[in-house]
Amino acid sequence: MAKPKFAMYWAASCGGCEIAVLNIAEKILDVDANFDVVFWPVAMDAKYKDVEGMSDGEITLCLFNGGIRNDENERLAKLLRKKSAVLVAFGSCANEGCIPGLANLTSGKAVIETAFSTVSTDNPHNVRPAYDYPAAEGELHIPRMYETLKTLDQVVPVDYYMPGCPPESHQIATVIDLVIAALKGEAKLPPAGAVIGAGNSTVCDECSRKRSEKLIKEFRRTWQIPMDQQECLLEQGILCSGMATRSGCNARCPAANMPCIGCYGPAPDVVDQGARMMSAVSSVIDSKDPAEIERILDGIVDPAGTFYRFGLASSLLHRAKAQ
Amino acid sequence: MSDNNQFEPVIVGFTCNWCSYRAADAAGMARIKYSPNVRLIRLMCSGRIDPQFVLKALSEGADGVLITGCHPGDCHYVEQNYKTLRRYALLKRTLRQMGLEDNRVRLVWASAAEGRILAEEIDKFVSDVRALGPLNWIKMATTTYVDPAPASA
Ligand code: SF4
Ligand code: SF4
Ligand code: FES
Repeated sequence: MAKPKFAMYWAASCGGCEIAVLNIAEKILDVDANFDVVFWPVAMDAKYKDVEGMSDGEITLCLFNGGIRNDENERLAKLLRKKSAVLVAFGSCANEGCIPGLANLTSGKAVIETAFSTVSTDNPHNVRPAYDYPAAEGELHIPRMYETLKTLDQVVPVDYYMPGCPPESHQIATVIDLVIAALKGEAKLPPAGAVIGAGNSTVCDECSRKRSEKLIKEFRRTWQIPMDQQECLLEQGILCSGMATRSGCNARCPAANMPCIGCYGPAPDVVDQGARMMSAVSSVIDSKDPAEIERILDGIVDPAGTFYRFGLASSLLHRAKAQ
Repeated sequence: MSDNNQFEPVIVGFTCNWCSYRAADAAGMARIKYSPNVRLIRLMCSGRIDPQFVLKALSEGADGVLITGCHPGDCHYVEQNYKTLRRYALLKRTLRQMGLEDNRVRLVWASAAEGRILAEEIDKFVSDVRALGPLNWIKMATTTYVDPAPASA
């Protein structure tokens, strides 16, 4: 019997999701034993036209990571949707937009300016990319960049959501085991639309730090104070996104003395991760005086960038006001 | 657009059950006229106003959002409106980064007896939002490609 087919694709992403899959160590051999890897640009040579030649639903499992930044990303999202029986939004970029989605705080034009013309760029002739270029060998094209970065489910229906930046290896291994068991008829897949490979609560819930409902008068950055190893970071004045973020990582960052920055996306029942953070942060500020509140809030250098570090493109507003 | 062709903003107004909703009610009982642009939504307390409510309203057609509650110290649930105050301050900072004009979201305190004051504040808010024009929040300009050419010098 032919093995079920596996694909993995990267759109607007950093490549970390691919590394996370390889990080499952010997488990990758199970993938190879149970699946026929038919399309995975980072790991093997395959052409888009090979995928186009497949029949609909022929790919059993496709892990799609990355946001939709340009028309090539969107074309591949639509193609892989059509050819895959199960399409998983894999990792924060595909789920919530993640770091590439932060570009939605500004305009596409400003993104290009920053990349090609700011002081950190050596580009004396201000050369810019052109979408179409008539070369001697024929017309060349590069993907057209969108004004707004979109998440995968903003362009195609998604079967499962697997959060994380990147998803934790132990979670990936669990999901792969589950899919293999389901293919053998030994387990059932969760209902479509489910979040897989993650917990059903918040990072705070998994965090072992002590909370004592302490209120704070000042926000501080990690390097500004010697951190207490046991006490809740937020109660030490360090912005920690644990309350707004889905569990599943075993509260890795607070365990390593770093605040949660929200990579597992909005917690269950939270629509807008940033909004939930605004609520959470407002609750720990110890002041009733408008002027003092403003002074304390001055300690939050970049509220939008902090609260929506991962969730901007999937937030209620999706982006900053379009010009 | 109204009869005289002026832009009529759509405004979502959150009220609390104990003060600001009663103020609005009192304004009505006293036949005090105020702009009909505000769709009032009654909650038990201003502390129930999740920033998500405000963002949802703005992203789905509201031109402005009015948040109201009891005066500081008067909240039926003791301290919840101080939380509102802090949330509002933080929400405003975030919205500023999102490019939203300051005048589109406003916090107003009104006691149950302040029907006239609330009516005046509503009128003022409506006229400020009207001056800004429609919001028409665009979630994603899907078909707009970025022009990579340098800005012409
Ligand atoms: S706020 Fe951060 S440090 Fe505090 S309990 Fe939650 S995850 Fe742990
Ligand atoms: S603690 Fe937060 S930022 Fe760190 S891995 Fe977990 S969800 Fe991601
Ligand atoms: S009951 Fe009015 S603000 Fe709390």
